[in-house]
Amino acid sequence: MGYKFRKRVRGRIVSYILLFAFLLFLLFPIYWMIITSLKQNKELYNFEMNPLLVTQGITLRHYSYLFERTNFMVWMRNSIIICLTVIVFTIVVSSLAAYSLSRLRFKGRWTMALAVFAAYLVPPTLLFIPLYRIVVLLDLPDTILGLIVTYPSFTVPFSTWLLIGYFRNIPSSLEESALVDGATRLQVLWRIVLPVALPGVATVTIFSFTLSWAQFLFPSAFISSSIKKPLAVGVVSELIRGDIFHWGSLMAGASLGIIPVLLIYVFFSRFFIRGIMAGSLKG
Amino acid sequence: MHAKRERRTAYAMLLPLLFVLLSLIAYPLYSSISLSLTDHRVGSTSTKFIGLQNYAELIQWSLFHDALVNSLLYVVFALTLKTILGLTLAMVIESLGKPKFIFRALILLPWVLPDAISALSWRWIFDPSYSVLNWILNRFGIESISWLGDVGWARFAIITVNIWRGVPFFALIFSAGLVTIPNELYEAADVDGARGYTKFLKITIPHMIPPFNTLLLFSMTRTVAEFNIVRVLTGGGPFNKTHLLGTLAYHIGLSGAQLGKGAAVSLFLFPVLLIATIFSIRSILKERGF
Repeated sequence: MGYKFRKRVRGRIVSYILLFAFLLFLLFPIYWMIITSLKQNKELYNFEMNPLLVTQGITLRHYSYLFERTNFMVWMRNSIIICLTVIVFTIVVSSLAAYSLSRLRFKGRWTMALAVFAAYLVPPTLLFIPLYRIVVLLDLPDTILGLIVTYPSFTVPFSTWLLIGYFRNIPSSLEESALVDGATRLQVLWRIVLPVALPGVATVTIFSFTLSWAQFLFPSAFISSSIKKPLAVGVVSELIRGDIFHWGSLMAGASLGIIPVLLIYVFFSRFFIRGIMAGSLKG
Repeated sequence: MHAKRERRTAYAMLLPLLFVLLSLIAYPLYSSISLSLTDHRVGSTSTKFIGLQNYAELIQWSLFHDALVNSLLYVVFALTLKTILGLTLAMVIESLGKPKFIFRALILLPWVLPDAISALSWRWIFDPSYSVLNWILNRFGIESISWLGDVGWARFAIITVNIWRGVPFFALIFSAGLVTIPNELYEAADVDGARGYTKFLKITIPHMIPPFNTLLLFSMTRTVAEFNIVRVLTGGGPFNKTHLLGTLAYHIGLSGAQLGKGAAVSLFLFPVLLIATIFSIRSILKERGF
């Protein structure tokens, strides 16, 4: 009894020590980003002071620099426009397709599902060069529209794949009576299936948002003027001038750049965790 | 009659998806291959078919060799460590009592946040002059390390950030697997007087294998195709020694304007992708009921 008890206590202590080490590793960069953005330059670039804390008083100068001296608000607005448009397009295309693939019987259904899954595995890294060429051919380089038309290459396959899983779990008996009453498939999808699959639609929305918000390669490749850049690329490319890093405002931009994702995560972390279990992998 | 109408509806609903897949995935892949057989440059008007010359040049090019070696190192180290640390973290979290949910939510943050932006914070952590890691090392009387200026350490830094982003995800998948193991198995093993590590080897590990297989294939395709972390952290440097295929393709395809050759570089990702698809497809499609 005494031995077992001691062993369990020891196990607990080891668990908590490990947990603490993991949390330190996983959360430190986020803490570091925020604390850096609040320090004055004289403290930031002084190796004598303890860098882990703000000791010389907090400043918001780096934030005001962002708003007054850079196109930060424009990048933010660009990102929001891109994300919203891509989300709407993605939901429409993928819910139609997922319904068709999970409910209707037709020839080529298996091949199509296979194509969706294979497309889901194709990373943007493999596509950006030919897509750049397509964007040029469409006369869309250096435009926001050029990003909006290419982002579905990673949101649509993934969303369709995820929604197939959700639609599958809805019993088709719900729809049958409506179909007997003469409803069309489109009406059934809109009025019966989507409302029931709302958690799935929410998950797809959230993931499409975070994926689009985080997309870095396409805008790096297709966009050159500052005022067309989405936030992630704007912060990374415009605040580093030559060899000069404005670390205070870089971290201020980074901190503001993660806030929308953070907010969504705080309210919907349930969907993230469930979405991952449902097979939305990116590892 | 009815079946025919249903078929027509099915195809109609698939049309937008088909358009997306063809124009944004299939055609670009095809275009990538045909581009790689030309000397196409950004903005040039005359493009010549040059056969496999791009590939022949790549095979003899030391930067390309480095990118291949880096990709291999990156995948092997990152996946191994993500597996070990992910499983450890999952077991730690599952061994806790009540506050499981809040810890799960907290640890997932690195995976949720935009990686190009968080990599920026890492770049500051590894800063040549003001690295907080060096500050800590100095306190212990250890000399500063040039984290991103030295090839070995730069590779270490890139892999560290990849692990940082990926461990939460691995942990969550393992965590989901751990929950499905019936407690009776461990209790029965206790009755038989089994030791901790025996239980781990005979009960925990076998239950982790199925989710792990899929996880590994997915993570492999994403890890080998990494772009953001390398681009933000080192930009491929020092001396272009830390490139992966993706950043090298960007480096010569767009920065260097040799689009044809860049396409050839990125196409080396294709075999990895194909293998992953072939190995995962059967189980995945079955799981979805196709």
